[in-house]
Order: sequence, then structure tokens, then C-alpha cells
Amino acid sequence: MNVGKDLVAASATPLVLAILAEGDSYGYAILKRVSELSGGNLEWTDGMLYPVLHRLERQGFIEAKWRTAESGRERKYYRITKTGRAQLAEQRRQWQLVDRTLRGLWNALSLVAPPARILLPQGAWIR
Amino acid sequence: MNPAGRESALEERIAEWRAYLGRRQAIRAVDVAELEGHLRDRVAGLREAGLSEEEAFLVAVKRMGDLDTVASEFAREYSERLWKQLVVGGGGGREPRIVRTEALVAIGLAVAAAVAVKVPELFGVHLRGGDEKFYARNMSLFVLPLLTGYFAWKRRLARAVWRWLAVAFIAAAVFANIFPFATSGHTEALTAIHLPIAAWLAVGIAYAGGRWRTGGGRMDFVRFSGELFIYYALIAFGGGVLIGFTLMMFEAINFKVEWLIESWLVPCGVLGAVLIGSWLVEAKQSVIENMAPVLTRLFTPLFTAVLLAFLGTMLWTGRGIDIARNVLIGFDLLLVVVLGLLVYSISARDAQAPPGAFDALQWLLVVSALVVDVFALAAIVSRISEFGFTPNRVAALGENIILLVNLAWSAWLYARFLRGRGSFGALERWQTAYVLVYSLWAAFVVIAFPPLFGYV
Repeated sequence: MNVGKDLVAASATPLVLAILAEGDSYGYAILKRVSELSGGNLEWTDGMLYPVLHRLERQGFIEAKWRTAESGRERKYYRITKTGRAQLAEQRRQWQLVDRTLRGLWNALSLVAPPARILLPQGAWIR
Repeated sequence: MNPAGRESALEERIAEWRAYLGRRQAIRAVDVAELEGHLRDRVAGLREAGLSEEEAFLVAVKRMGDLDTVASEFAREYSERLWKQLVVGGGGGREPRIVRTEALVAIGLAVAAAVAVKVPELFGVHLRGGDEKFYARNMSLFVLPLLTGYFAWKRRLARAVWRWLAVAFIAAAVFANIFPFATSGHTEALTAIHLPIAAWLAVGIAYAGGRWRTGGGRMDFVRFSGELFIYYALIAFGGGVLIGFTLMMFEAINFKVEWLIESWLVPCGVLGAVLIGSWLVEAKQSVIENMAPVLTRLFTPLFTAVLLAFLGTMLWTGRGIDIARNVLIGFDLLLVVVLGLLVYSISARDAQAPPGAFDALQWLLVVSALVVDVFALAAIVSRISEFGFTPNRVAALGENIILLVNLAWSAWLYARFLRGRGSFGALERWQTAYVLVYSLWAAFVVIAFPPLFGYV
């Protein structure tokens, strides 16, 4: 399943913040975690993660530090800050609201599921 | 292929990718390092999954995404990076500690220069009160040894070179002060003007480090000199604004501050700014576009137009050049400007590129300046017996000939290049080789002129 571009972009912030709330991490590991959690269905372009990380850093939600990894290479690790946790909580509330709203609609739609023929124009209209 | 060979093949491809990424303005060296780390992690992960190195690299690059898109995301995030910033110490791939040490050394030396110029006051040599001449002769010696020291330290010069540079400055100090100059003599003024030019060679040797003997090292020094000139002019302008406001504000409360400005702010600022400017040029050479070549592009056509108009007017009206007092010096300065336009356009030009319209324009500029100068020289030489050989005139004449020789040969080399007979590199080599001549002539004026003309 392909997730739309806008949705991927919108979900990037809570995903990154939530993964960093689990513990400090670096870019490649964050992507691996996303891929793992979504069963490989939520795929980001690797390079696009970094502008997001840098934006979050600038907004003060995360902070970065260069550290030497076990492999001996320098790696930039990110850690969530206090404001970042607050932002994550806020994002969570918003996403839950969206989720609740949509769930109500899904339920309502499935209750009065009309014949497929009539759904088509309606679907077009909702959009 | 053996494993070592394969290892280096991957390294090579990663290096290529890194260079390709690094060319983007919005992506800094640290970001490139971060992305490269990611690429390496991805390659390692894919290799573990069983892909060959070749495949792993291709997939990793593909997954990284279109670099133009990534770069434009970075640019959106860091729009300020598109404006190359003049804030020293921020960004860049270098270690912040080294940058800070350098800043501290540069600022320390600037303070040292400011202090040095005040030291003679302790011995009763006053800048305001009879000893202006001493300061005029020695001004460059308060700062250039420190600047030379800064580069000698930065380039980690060998002990022997340190010693030679020290000897050069000691000799300069001796020749600046040993001669019994006549009061208001011209040779004293000549020493004051020429000593910095001669001493600038020592700065160049320290600046180029071990590369002084190579054309590239000298060309870098020429670039540095041009950039320093521009930074210095900007700093001087800022200093002027500062002084203006200082005067205005203290005047408003009827408090005299002229003494502070004349004996502290100006001399200390004039010297300190040399070091600060040099340090800024050094720190920013990779970040900021060289300004001198930009100005060259702007002014080459304008100067060419003015020179051609002048020649046209002279021919049309039949007027000869009226040799007034300072005409020769004026034409010397004109040649200096033309030479500057030539040198700084050479410094920024790709030597491999074929001749273009701008090259033709540059050639026209040099040739028209030569023709104008020949008219001026002819007028002077025909009447020199009438004037007599004063030190000022001989110095100006010597400089005119030095510049004329340079420009004439440059015009010849340029013409060869334009007609496809010679390479641009020859012109570049000629200019970098000639750098030495200016300083040697200046040293000659400092050392030989006072005794030759009886210290008048």
C-alpha cells in the first residue's frame, strides 16, 4: 500500500519524535525503525529525513550531538528535548482527535453501507 | 578483483557522490558527512541482506532520493545558507576548536599591533607633536611582522624561514631609521611609501608557506592581497562611521574627544584592521565569492571606454599631455589600476577556457592604457632635462617603466593567446613571476635612494 505524499509528510514529525522518545538514535536507525513498525509499508526517501531532523532541531524539539559509534565512525545522534516531549504529547492529541473523528465516520459509513453503484458519485462529491 | 581493490572502488564511488553532494550551497560539509554516514550504513545493511557491493551502492544511492530535491529541502530549511554568511566560526566542516584558536590568535595579534604603535610614546616619541615622520616611516613595521608571524604560525613554517623573515624585518627597521633624512626631504616620504611594498613580500612568503616558488602559491597570495584590500576598505568605512558618531555624540555633551580619536582610535584601528581583515579573508576564503574579480568584470569595460575616449579626444583635438607636478604619479596609478584589473581577472579565469569576448576587451584595455602611457612618458622624457632628476621623479619614472614592461609583455602574451598561438597559462606565469619585481624595486628605493640623492 502506498501512503500519499502529504500524509507521509504530516506524519513525519510525530513518528520521529516518538521514535526518539524511545531512546537516542541516528538517521539510518530511525528509518529502519519506521520501516520495521510499518511492516515495510511506510517508506521514506532516505535523504528527505535529514531536512526534517534539522527542522525539528531548529525548532528545539530535538538536539543533536556527534558521537563516535562502535564502528569507529562519527555519527550524529539525536535526542528528544523537553519541549519535544511536550510537542509529541500535543501531536498525539491531535492525531487521536483526527483518528477518533475518522473512526466515527468509518463506523457510520459501514452501518449504512449503500450499494456500490451509488457510492461512486458520493465519493467524488466528498472529495 | 581482490578485496582491497573492491574496497577502494566503493570508496571512490562514495567520494564521487560526496563531491557531487558537496557542490550544493545549501548542504554544508557537516550535513554531507551525516548523509554519507547514512549511505554507508545503508550499503552495509544491504550487503548483509546479500546484495553485491555494486548493487548495494546503487540501491543505497537510489533510496537516498533525488539529490536536487533533497538539496532544495535543505535550502528551504536553511534559506540563510544561500546567502553565504560572514559570521566567522559558524558552520563549515572544520573543527570549531581550531577556528576559535585562530580567531583568538588573530584578535590577539591585532591588539598587539595596536599596543605596538603606542609603545614609542613611552619613550617620548609622540604621534601628535613633531614625530609624525617617525611614524610615517615605521607604520608598516608595527603590523607587518605580526601579520607575517600569523601566517608563519598558521602555515607551520620551518625555523630557517622564520629566521630569514625576521632578518628581513630587522633590515627593514634599520633602513627605515638609519638615514639622516633632511627635514621635509622627499626621500623620507619615498621610504614611507615604499617600505610597506617591499615588506609585503615577506608577508607573501609567509602566506604562501612552502608554495612561494610555485605560480599557484603566488597567485593565491595575489588573490589574498586583493581580497584584503576590499575587506580593509569596508572595515575602514565602518571605522569612519564609528568615528563620525563618536564625534557627534560627545560634541553634543560638549566633551572633547579628538585626542582619543587621533592618538588611539585611528592609529590602533588602522593597524589592527590589517590583521582582522587578513584573518577574515583566510577564514572566509572558501565561503565567500572573491570580490576582486567581480569588481574587475564591472570596471574593465568602463575603464576601457574611458581610455579609448581619452585617446580619441587627444587625437581629435591634438592636445598634448600637460606635464604638471603630479601627472607622472597620476599615470603610474592609472597603470596600477589597469594592472589590477588584468591580474584579478586572470586570478579568477579558468586557464583552460578558450578566448572569449571578455578577453578581447581585456586586451583592448591593456593596449589602450599602454598607448596613453606612452604619450605621457614621451612628454615627460622630452622635458626631463628641464625638470632635473629629483628622487620623486626618478622613483615615479622607474615605477612607470616597471609597469609598462609588465603590461607590454602581457599585451603580447594576451594577443598570442587570443590568436590561438599561446596558452593562457603563460600570461598567468608571467604575472606571478613579476610579483617579485615590485617588491625588489621598492626595496631598492628604500635602501639606495636616500644615499644616492643625499637624503633630500
